[in-house]
Amino acid sequence: MSRKSNLKIFLNGIIKENPIFVLVLGICPTLATTSSAINGMSMGLATTFVLLGSNVVVSLLKNLIPDKVRIPAFVVVIATFVTVVEMVMEAYVPALFESLGIFIPLIVVNCIVLGRAEAFASKNNLGKSALDGLGMGLGFTFALTLLGIIREFLGTGKAFGITLFNEEYGMLLFVLAPGAFIALGYLIAVMNKLQRK
Amino acid sequence: MQSNFKNMVFSLSLIAVFAAVTLASVYALTKEPISASKQAKQQNAIREVLPLFEYLDEAERVGVSSGDTLLVYRAYGKDEKFVGAAVETVSHTGYSGDIRLMVGFDTEGVIVNYSVLEQRETPGLGTKMVDWFKTETKNQNILGKNPSKDKFAVKKDGGDIDAITAATISSRAFLEAVQNAYFAYSNNKDAVSGATTVVTSGTAENQTSDKR
Repeated sequence: MSRKSNLKIFLNGIIKENPIFVLVLGICPTLATTSSAINGMSMGLATTFVLLGSNVVVSLLKNLIPDKVRIPAFVVVIATFVTVVEMVMEAYVPALFESLGIFIPLIVVNCIVLGRAEAFASKNNLGKSALDGLGMGLGFTFALTLLGIIREFLGTGKAFGITLFNEEYGMLLFVLAPGAFIALGYLIAVMNKLQRK
Repeated sequence: MQSNFKNMVFSLSLIAVFAAVTLASVYALTKEPISASKQAKQQNAIREVLPLFEYLDEAERVGVSSGDTLLVYRAYGKDEKFVGAAVETVSHTGYSGDIRLMVGFDTEGVIVNYSVLEQRETPGLGTKMVDWFKTETKNQNILGKNPSKDKFAVKKDGGDIDAITAATISSRAFLEAVQNAYFAYSNNKDAVSGATTVVTSGTAENQTSDKR
């Protein structure tokens, strides 16, 4: 296992198989929580933690789990990590927990998490699975943060809560749901263009 | 591992037991901080909306016409002098979800300040209520006004308060919550001075307190 292939696994999730821009998985939380940059980033980081944790545990348990019950087993593992994130966030960052609301428990059904457990962690060793989880998670975080910055900037003239232009001139549409679709569409188009080169 | 019945039951049970142990320990670790942060939020809200005070009375439950039971916290300064009361109030007529506020009144029933505890209004429109009714422009401001003297309704409904631009429904709900708060406050105050009786009931269904 060379260093080069490890780097490749890590970067795979961030660029080549970015869950949002390329695989277009987990769109529900992406559209719903990116109304501001900080919300998008926190959602991304929470998902990264779950991905990393579930990938590590699934790759450790892969030989112990009979093939026929692997999906329920993966779901229990994922749900455990999500509940841990939920409780920790409620305890230490209550304001953030409130603004992300229902989307934290919904990480359980985020298809990237189960997808990586099934497609990667159940077939690879611990190190590779951890790298894959981290790469995928950071790719997701990157996409959500970028989308959050764009929507917050166009909608309210702010980025991470710092005012860049007067809120009066913001396009409210971008904070609301339709703006999420529009911004994401253009972002995917730009990413496709960049990657084709 | 082979997929026979024994193996499947064994491995799933094992995973479930591990998950249960993990969750139980995380729950035990975060239980204290979670309740502390909830308490702190409420205490901060009370402090924010009242003039300086020394101590608070236990919350009193007062029923209002909307069927809710509001919590009234009476605050006292030095020498047990009554300085005002904070009321935790609610409105169900918002654009989406309940609106919960903490409203502070002084001894005369004049609004000292308010703080939004919970709301799910449209971002960029209804959410402006957090600052809108504190801003000193035209007739937006409700601070320093007394619900028994000023008409607490939006201009459209013949009131004295300017609604949030493009968010009349949210504004109406907000003002309704404030009026409920005033009603609870004045009822409670009269009851203490012996004029009317307070509707105290611990069994009312829509208690605004221990939600979540």
